[in-house]
Amino acid sequence: MSYDVLRVIWWLLLGILLVGFAVTDGFDLGAAALLRATGKTDVERRVVINTIGPVWEGNQVWLILGGGAIFAAWPQLYAISFSGFYLAMFAILVCLILRPVAFKFRSKRESTTWRNTWDWVLCLCGWGPSLVFGVAMGNVLLGVPFRLADDMRIYYDGSFFALFTPFTLLCGLVSLCMLLMHGATWLVFKTEGAVQARAARWGMLAAVLTAVLYAGAGVWLTQLSGYVLTEAMSTTGPSNPLLKSAALGQGAWLANYAQQPLLWIVPGLGVLMPLVAALGLKLRREWLGLLASGLGIAGIVLSVGVSMFPFILPSSVDPLFSLMVWDASSSHLTLFIMLVCALIFMPIILAYTSWVYRIMRGKVSPDEIAQGKGHAY
Amino acid sequence: MDLDIVDLSRLQFAVTALYHFLFVPLTIGLAVLVAIMETVYVMTGRTIWRDMTKFWGVLFGINFAMGVATGVVMEFQFGMNWSYYSHYVGDIFGAPLAIEGLMAFFLEATFVGLFFFGWDRMTKVQHLVATWLVAIGSNFSALWILIANGWMQNPVGAAFNPQTMRMEVSDFFAVLTNPVAQAKFVHTVSAGYTVAAIFVLGISAWYLLKGRHVALAKRSMTVAASFGLAASLSVVVLGDESGYLSSEHQKMKLAAIEAMWDTEPAPAAFTAVGIPDTAARETHYAVHIPWVMGLIGTRSLDTQIPGINDLVARAEERIESGIKAYDALQTIRSYKKPSEVPQSAVDTFEEHGANMGYALLLMRYTDDPRQATRLQIQKAAADTIPPVGPLFWSFRVMVGLGMFFIVLTATFFVLSARHKLDAYPWLLKVAVMAIPLPWIAAECGWIVAELGRQPWIIEGVLPTAMAVSNLGASTVLMTIALFVALYTVMFVIEMVLMRKAILKGPQEESAPHLSSYAKKFADAYSAK
Repeated sequence: MSYDVLRVIWWLLLGILLVGFAVTDGFDLGAAALLRATGKTDVERRVVINTIGPVWEGNQVWLILGGGAIFAAWPQLYAISFSGFYLAMFAILVCLILRPVAFKFRSKRESTTWRNTWDWVLCLCGWGPSLVFGVAMGNVLLGVPFRLADDMRIYYDGSFFALFTPFTLLCGLVSLCMLLMHGATWLVFKTEGAVQARAARWGMLAAVLTAVLYAGAGVWLTQLSGYVLTEAMSTTGPSNPLLKSAALGQGAWLANYAQQPLLWIVPGLGVLMPLVAALGLKLRREWLGLLASGLGIAGIVLSVGVSMFPFILPSSVDPLFSLMVWDASSSHLTLFIMLVCALIFMPIILAYTSWVYRIMRGKVSPDEIAQGKGHAY
Repeated sequence: MDLDIVDLSRLQFAVTALYHFLFVPLTIGLAVLVAIMETVYVMTGRTIWRDMTKFWGVLFGINFAMGVATGVVMEFQFGMNWSYYSHYVGDIFGAPLAIEGLMAFFLEATFVGLFFFGWDRMTKVQHLVATWLVAIGSNFSALWILIANGWMQNPVGAAFNPQTMRMEVSDFFAVLTNPVAQAKFVHTVSAGYTVAAIFVLGISAWYLLKGRHVALAKRSMTVAASFGLAASLSVVVLGDESGYLSSEHQKMKLAAIEAMWDTEPAPAAFTAVGIPDTAARETHYAVHIPWVMGLIGTRSLDTQIPGINDLVARAEERIESGIKAYDALQTIRSYKKPSEVPQSAVDTFEEHGANMGYALLLMRYTDDPRQATRLQIQKAAADTIPPVGPLFWSFRVMVGLGMFFIVLTATFFVLSARHKLDAYPWLLKVAVMAIPLPWIAAECGWIVAELGRQPWIIEGVLPTAMAVSNLGASTVLMTIALFVALYTVMFVIEMVLMRKAILKGPQEESAPHLSSYAKKFADAYSAK
């Protein structure tokens, strides 16, 4: 298999992993963020927590695998984004450290203060990553202030606070609303009664906001500068970003859609599906809500990649440094070996994950929680 | 104290890794122990074994959550704090991490949910399968992370690519079958089993001393003692394998562990105790045991083990050779097209490329290794000595404790066979007090392996000092402080909850195990 084909496949897999994370762990983050809004009593909150209890650990592996796959397939992207966004990554880490502990520890003691504290921790650990991931995506679209020395050492000229600009904050809000919507559709799917009713109300609000804010961010993006290659580059050359030339280009992130109008489907899903999800919530079509919400998230996440292709991480210091699909990947051999592994294991993972969801199917009811039957948290 | 970004980044990695490594060995071992207990339950149908599974499962769960929480940090940190490392070796090092996710993390994390939530939703056998998959998953993850780590110790199957300025895979099979990785896997997993066995043994001994949950505690002790005996024997014997290998690949590490400054005639003596003095390059008050070192290190009586001073001299030669490689690399890179590069530069790089990492050791003293003075070269060569004192002592603590675990588990194995587990209360007290010891041994093992690798992050290829991200020292200092604060609070809470769960003890359920189908049937019947 040729090098350029492998690179495109791994670009696609990167998108699939991010979508996998956003769609599965997304409802965990969203449900946690809605914990105090949808659960008013202790039993209700335990209902919310136990809907995600059996599955969140597996879901979070999408993020771990995403990290590992970026490391293996796009080492420069991994190195620059994780070190450049150092404090933002640290903030996400704090949330990811506290979340498992909060799940596990919360119901181990009767004290109200104890449980309330962990509930707030869970909420914040839902809000935090949802927002920060979006802000990070916004920054990627704008270009990130990094330089590469001749020996490929990385220098980052930005700061933590410089990550937050009006546009990137809007992206953060899109991400937050989209995960709140997803968490709400999950809760509607897995609960009944008062919790479900509250989740449906919050979900409709979040879904409509997602569609509106996402569309707004899209319009704003057309007014911003994207990046373009200024001369043709080899798609099978060595992974050395310094060998090409690139520049800023007004509205450049729309070029791919102009060239291939079929691609409009991707952002189209991002606008339409949240509205469908809102409708599903309104009509209490539980499957429809969850499915539409998941598709909406896929559309939103993938639209970032589709707009930027073949750029992966543009540099705002000098577009020359930008990482491309064609010059930031691992070696031919590594990409091939990793693809073989992914092809073997992904179907197995999907099979047993669906089996686990099947075993855990059905609603979590307050009665079961009150009797302490079959729920660990 | 002069804290530069390299020291701070190392400190942060050490703190987070040592902390993460408090939970990992127990997870690896306890998962297997719990699976064994549940297997006995499914095979015999006796509910006490289910109660045991559930009770140790609770402790497993608390520990597992901490392992997950602190594990994510490790994966993120390579990119966050070690960005040049990530670029330089991501092509090889990233792959085992990604495969670990695909093959191991998904397995354990997905089925751990079923372990806790699935008791009433599956048949006995289905639940047992889920438990075993958790155990297999956590052991697989150890395999892949140690393949990655083994490559840092012994970087096989890879070559430097001047065009991309990084190491790239040339033989992935060699990376997988790296003998260092294999030995480390068996050694580390056995250490995990030992940690869990002593943990179960100690807590059960405490129950026996208090006269509580006697039947359950005795059965747990029997399982833990036999499992622990096998594990601690394996950890010591296969630790020896690890020593044998380091004489092949990491002679300096071996010499530092031994504080062996000068090459001795074969077979070398083993220094049982002594006070290593790095400044004077000698070991005071050393007590030697003849022949033992030569036997451990080379499995022969006539192969010499090089001492530190000889290895430093060898490093100096390799630095000189590395400078030639570095020079050739600059020539190669000055041409835009590979076809224009003069053959002489390519040949020089071929010849000396394996030593280029040694030239990079000079980067601490000069921006261009080619301009290095003799004194700088000598300094860089001396830098290849890892901290001898900490290695010397960590190793002895680890080995001493390993021997003690063999004696302890063997004792209880014999007592269990004779049905005299509670005959000697003082022995039970020893078992209780032994609970923290395997952790000390495991952390010492980590120190020997990773501190012994210094000054290299990738042995012979990339110096640690070059691998860091260009972050502000204050930024890293802040994240260290926050990590320490967060981890301390979590540790206290974890201890409180563990203690509470142990005090509460196992919940002995009298009702026979009902599957959800059986329960529904029973409910429907009683409704009629």
